[in-house]
Amino acid sequence: MRLVLTSQSDQPRLRAAFSLGITTLLVMGLVASQWLLGDSAQQMQFDARLAPPSIDHWLGTDALGRELWARTLAGLALSFWVGCLAALLSTLIALSLAALATLSARLDALVSLLIDTLLSVPHLILLMLIAFALGGGTQAVIIAVAVTHWPSLARVLRAELLHLRQAPYVRISRALGKTRWFVLHDHLLPHLLPHCLVGALLLFPHAILHEAALTFLGFGLSPSQPAIGVLLADAMRYLNSGYWWLGVFPGLGLLLMVLSFERLSSHLRRAL
Amino acid sequence: MLEARQLSFQFAHNAPLLQAVSLTLSAGQWIGLSGDSGAGKSTLGKLLAGYLAPQAGDVALDGAALPKSGVQPVQWLPQSPELAVNPRWRVGKILREAWTPSDAQCQAFGIKTKWLSRFPQSLSGGELQRVCVLRALAPAVRFLVADEISTMLDPITQVELWQALKQEAQKRQLGVLVISHDTALLKRLCPLRYHLSEGQLKQVS
Repeated sequence: MRLVLTSQSDQPRLRAAFSLGITTLLVMGLVASQWLLGDSAQQMQFDARLAPPSIDHWLGTDALGRELWARTLAGLALSFWVGCLAALLSTLIALSLAALATLSARLDALVSLLIDTLLSVPHLILLMLIAFALGGGTQAVIIAVAVTHWPSLARVLRAELLHLRQAPYVRISRALGKTRWFVLHDHLLPHLLPHCLVGALLLFPHAILHEAALTFLGFGLSPSQPAIGVLLADAMRYLNSGYWWLGVFPGLGLLLMVLSFERLSSHLRRAL
Repeated sequence: MLEARQLSFQFAHNAPLLQAVSLTLSAGQWIGLSGDSGAGKSTLGKLLAGYLAPQAGDVALDGAALPKSGVQPVQWLPQSPELAVNPRWRVGKILREAWTPSDAQCQAFGIKTKWLSRFPQSLSGGELQRVCVLRALAPAVRFLVADEISTMLDPITQVELWQALKQEAQKRQLGVLVISHDTALLKRLCPLRYHLSEGQLKQVS
């Protein structure tokens, strides 16, 4: 006889809790590593340049003898903060514009036009233009990613708000003398919080991938910072020389972080 | 006095639902409205409460248009109480959204204190409907459109709900439009009854 311990409806919640646990551990490890490592990511050892992975150099070293594990961890931590801020800013823009769209038909048309316009322009080109116009650097990357990533979430939130606005309890609230602000703040926005949470988590992997892409292309973070994009761009120069560890480990780290957040957001979406 | 004056209404790409319908509801008066499904009973109720705008004609309260803001003097009570409440609010907050009913009023409608700390999902349809009806009876309210509010309730709950509403309406001279398929119920509650058919109101003898 087979013993069923969990019901079908508990499965998504269990998966979401498991993903949340893994991702939290990953993030805590990243944050803690930055305190423990100090400036290890910048320390050069000229007698150990381009050393392959070994007991002494776990993930190998780069052309200046810097430990790749320290640089990968530092790069992931930097990507994490950039991704967090960009996703948060993007979600705030999406939520504000979706809320604005519910106030009048004219504002709704304007917001829809803005969403369609931004969605019709290729992402990366717009990212490069904005990052270039802002002069590069961490701030420019965060702004560029935030400004280009909100439209798809805003479209979902706008549709949800327009649907909710017609809900009987919302219309009754208005008939009971409640203001539009009250309805938005007390009835509509609390319903959107799970959507915002999942939306922000879905934006996060996009944000860090685009941050890495921008930096790789030379429009993002400064080459002096141990960003994943910088490490990958450095690795490109040694691609044909057999120094495979330069690109593989930072790439795997980025993949692991993107996947863990992508899994977490997809499980949360089902659970909520 | 609440008046529907020559109201005409049709949903986009559909045949006209109401054609020059007129109805007058006075303070303290109970009017019954029956009709086949899809005849436009609920639409007429929503037009009277200002939830929909007519294509022709108008709704007047004491000769003037319905107010645009504040507590509406005409309140619409829908059939499904589950859709009429915010599922994330506790029942106490729902009940006090517009005003704070007294303990005696809660008792009259059979609302128990223990319900107030619960979420609406844990209340039955009948219990929730009582909350919705009392919530709609804010002091500024003068007319009610009760749109099939007892259809989904058991006979005992139906009687309790209508008794409480009848008492409150008598006390405050509320005008009530009762929409229902149940002609026996309409006969018991409303001295004046109409049947809505093919966009026209006909008085039922």
